[in-house]
Amino acid sequence: MAESSAEYIQHHLTNLTYGQCSDGAWQFAPCADGASMSFLSINVDSMGWSIGLGVLFCLIFRKAAKHATAGVPGSLQNAVEMLVEFIDDTCRSIFTHSNAIIAPLALTIFVWVFLMNLMDLVPVDWIPELAMALGVPYMKIVPTTDPNVTMGMALAVFALILFYSIRQKGAGGFLGELAFHPFPKVLAPVNFILESVTLLAKPLSLGLRLFGNLYAGEMIFILIALMYAGWAIGIFGGILQWAWAVFHVLIIILQAFIFAVLTVVYLAQAYDVEEEH
Amino acid sequence: MDINMTLLGQTVTFIVFVWFCYKFIWPFLIEAMRERQKTIAEGLAAGEEAERSRESAREEVADRLKEAQAEAQRIVDQARSQAAQMIEQARQDARDEGDRLKEAANAEIEQEFNRARESLRGEVATLAVQGAERILEADIDRDRHGELLNRLAAEL
Repeated sequence: MAESSAEYIQHHLTNLTYGQCSDGAWQFAPCADGASMSFLSINVDSMGWSIGLGVLFCLIFRKAAKHATAGVPGSLQNAVEMLVEFIDDTCRSIFTHSNAIIAPLALTIFVWVFLMNLMDLVPVDWIPELAMALGVPYMKIVPTTDPNVTMGMALAVFALILFYSIRQKGAGGFLGELAFHPFPKVLAPVNFILESVTLLAKPLSLGLRLFGNLYAGEMIFILIALMYAGWAIGIFGGILQWAWAVFHVLIIILQAFIFAVLTVVYLAQAYDVEEEH
Repeated sequence: MDINMTLLGQTVTFIVFVWFCYKFIWPFLIEAMRERQKTIAEGLAAGEEAERSRESAREEVADRLKEAQAEAQRIVDQARSQAAQMIEQARQDARDEGDRLKEAANAEIEQEFNRARESLRGEVATLAVQGAERILEADIDRDRHGELLNRLAAEL
């Protein structure tokens, strides 16, 4: 390990970004002048891994769906159906209105986020080192440790919240809900500010919770990986990594589930008409 | 870790995957599951129905068996009584036949006896006459003493 610990950590936390530098040239980061790129850039690794894992989800589930039979299910269908049933039950218990998109949405979130989180269990050095050997300078393989990814999903959920709120209650009804709670109508501006914060907190907390959990988890894996410098401490590090990975199995499933369930809860709230105070 | 286009890229990707799941995955799986659920429910109901009909069939079999047993008993009883009747009849017939034969024999015996007595009586009368003739050495007029002789014969 020629680089210093700080450089090592920094390297592991840097995305492979393609974008426009201040001198106008389109290229992979970093730019010649060292400045960060504008909004018009894209994290190629995050996009690649997330799309790849999403496609994996689609392929597996599509295969199960295509061969789905009401007869005796195969092992793949069994596993998939278990998930589907679990998600279906969860959605039914939370979301009491009728909306065909909710359950597939929750399933997609759960499985996709789980797969993206699962990349966290791949030892932190394997793929970045492999990429280095292939001439790719940076490679972050856990898309959910990129706030762009989690916030991007949260943004879509937020759009759905707004869409269904307005569709169910009308623009006026939705604004009224924001302005006339929790205080009497005379305090409408105060209400509006409070409720807007509540509303905005939904996607923010949704995206940042997932990001924070996975980022912290990844960070700990990286810190543990720093211990592989000597024999004794290396073995200790190995034990630590195993222990943290076992614990992390819980976290990655839990976070995927929380994201899915909160999405359903928020959308259920968008449907619910609050009683007048 | 800057916020950049990846944000929107993810939003779009997310929507595409959700749409795909909504369109091509969820309905097929959920439908297959519902159908299987229905099939299983029907199967269970059919099993219960079969169990019920089996139970009723068993009851019917038991009833039929009881009926058949009663019928058999009735037939046996009937046969037994008929046999007893037939035996009684045969016995009666035999007894009657015996009586009849006995009577016939008795009658014949009687007849024979009477005939023998008649002939004996005749012979006795003749012997008496002959005896008397010898005793008296005289001819007894059969015509005169006929009545006496007959009375004598009747006494024998």
